[in-house]
Amino acid sequence: MTQRSRNLLLLAPAGAWFLVMLVIPLTVVLIFSFGERGAAGGYVPAFTLDQYANLPARWAAFKNTLILAPAGTLASLLIAYPLAYYLAVRADPRWKTVLLVLVIVPFWTSILIRSYAWIFLLGGRGIPALLAAIGIEDVRLINTPFAVLIGIVYGYLPLMVFPIFVNLDRLDKRLLEASSDLGASPWRTFLQVTLPMSLPGIATGCLLVFILLMGEFLIPAILGGGKVFFVGNALVDLFLQSRNWAFGSAVAATLVILMLVTVTAYMRLIRRLGAQREDVALM
Amino acid sequence: MNKAAYAPPPSKATLGPIAELRNVSKRFGDILAADGLDLSIMSGEFLSFLGPSGCGKTTALRILAGFEAPTTGEVLLDGEIVNDLDPFRRPVNMVFQHYALFPHLTVAQNIGYGLRQRRPRPPRDEIERKVKTALEIVRLEGFEDRRIWEMSGGQQQRVALARAIVNEPKLLLLDEPMAALDRKLRKEMQIELQNIQRRLGMTFILVTHDQEEALSMSDRICIMRDGRIVQTGTPRELYDQPRNRYVAGFVGTSNFFDGVVESVAADQAQVSVKGGIVLAGRAISPVAVGQEVSVSVRPEQIRLERANAADRPGWPVTILNRIFLGEHTEYLVKHESLGEFMVLTPRQAELSDGPFNAGERLMALWEAGGALVLKQD
Repeated sequence: MTQRSRNLLLLAPAGAWFLVMLVIPLTVVLIFSFGERGAAGGYVPAFTLDQYANLPARWAAFKNTLILAPAGTLASLLIAYPLAYYLAVRADPRWKTVLLVLVIVPFWTSILIRSYAWIFLLGGRGIPALLAAIGIEDVRLINTPFAVLIGIVYGYLPLMVFPIFVNLDRLDKRLLEASSDLGASPWRTFLQVTLPMSLPGIATGCLLVFILLMGEFLIPAILGGGKVFFVGNALVDLFLQSRNWAFGSAVAATLVILMLVTVTAYMRLIRRLGAQREDVALM
Repeated sequence: MNKAAYAPPPSKATLGPIAELRNVSKRFGDILAADGLDLSIMSGEFLSFLGPSGCGKTTALRILAGFEAPTTGEVLLDGEIVNDLDPFRRPVNMVFQHYALFPHLTVAQNIGYGLRQRRPRPPRDEIERKVKTALEIVRLEGFEDRRIWEMSGGQQQRVALARAIVNEPKLLLLDEPMAALDRKLRKEMQIELQNIQRRLGMTFILVTHDQEEALSMSDRICIMRDGRIVQTGTPRELYDQPRNRYVAGFVGTSNFFDGVVESVAADQAQVSVKGGIVLAGRAISPVAVGQEVSVSVRPEQIRLERANAADRPGWPVTILNRIFLGEHTEYLVKHESLGEFMVLTPRQAELSDGPFNAGERLMALWEAGGALVLKQD
């Protein structure tokens, strides 16, 4: 067997999956997005840009997604980084594995069930009731962007913790000693050595969480209560409730394009940051 | 060379030592890594901690750097107790064993790192000028903008050295800096390091397990074993007057004949060794009759002769092995009672007497002053 045919064989299963599950459906969505809704719903072939012209009707969904996906990524990062740092640098090595398992324990229960639990926690008889007991009245949490943000951070934290942890765990601790030896206080050592050296982990974690958040549906559906909805929720609504496949396809195609644009811009930024430093694995 | 840029900083206690360890011990759990270290380090000297791994030499260095706080005892820098002073506040810099260079910074940024931490921060052009001087000293001019991973091991070592000396530390600590270099490069760096130290007048403290390295570079050597200092002295003192068998074995090589002291007169001792043979030697430290000791004879102190002159007492030996080393030849010989020992003869001896061959029977002899009577411990 030649090298070439062996390579083809290696790529065949993934290639076939990619074709059947991604390329073909995506093509169908693109075709549908130029069509029209049938009288009883579904799709009628046509070639029109009406569906795209109608996009502003779902502006709120796009706005929520484009604000809450980056905000959720950022919030996850801010909470995950200190945790990952503690696990990688400070935690007693004997407990490291146990603590890491604890980070993924929540994944043992379905995200659906865990998000439902938050309905109670954030609802009238949950945290707002506790706040009322200490004199802070009329706090509404459930069905607000804040509730969705909490759900996002709660659900996606491990995805952010792990890449950063792996990065910090591999960081040569002698570099920190060297920095201290050269006169840098612990805080300056963090800013000048630890943080720049952990950028690759931060980049990976943010990319993972951001991409998943752009397509998020479940958390806003449960904790946003129809008031805070993402493009994902709009799509469910369009395809299953209104049965407007053509418009739904146009919204879906737009989301894919938006994702391509933001992720490409992000990758470029990361590459520019990393251009001076293809080194990070060194030593 | 720009020596003025690195004039040793004025010392508050010009006459006293620049650094001192006073009865310093360090305990890690059950292990006593340093045990009652007492040492004065003089300004401008090149001092080495020499010993096998686990002897506490790295712990001693890390205590001076501030990475470890002594469990008991005092550490003094320039006459002040610095036991609890954080490493980043100490006027001390280290060259790490694997260099620990920052891979996300350029060569110049690495070297300027220490200067940039100073408060108030020195002006940019001053940092640039100092970095440039440091690069000249380690002969890496023009490498400013290189990345660390583009540099060879030897070059990285120079960057690590430059990164430390640019700060003009009171003490420059070197933790086995040559361990990762190949033999030839190591030799070159040893000479260069010594030159730099002399030129800058900086106090260097080197940790090494390589006796040759310590002997060739240091003004003084501190021999360590099991967390304790066994002997401190100039290379020559350690070589000619080792305090015990351990030091004699660690500094240079020697033949040891174990035995019991039979009689002592002044510093001369008679030692009864295997096979009823009595060897005479000079006792470096006082020994008592009946004490178990070793008679140490350096291989180069022993002569081999074909002619058996009756007036000169020698030991009849058989040559087991011969290794030609260029200017010297090393022989492994065997005496039927004393056992096997090494003899190092200069090329000169061979030219006059002709090479000795394996299996040949000869006389081995040494001057009385060449044998030392050493305590076992």
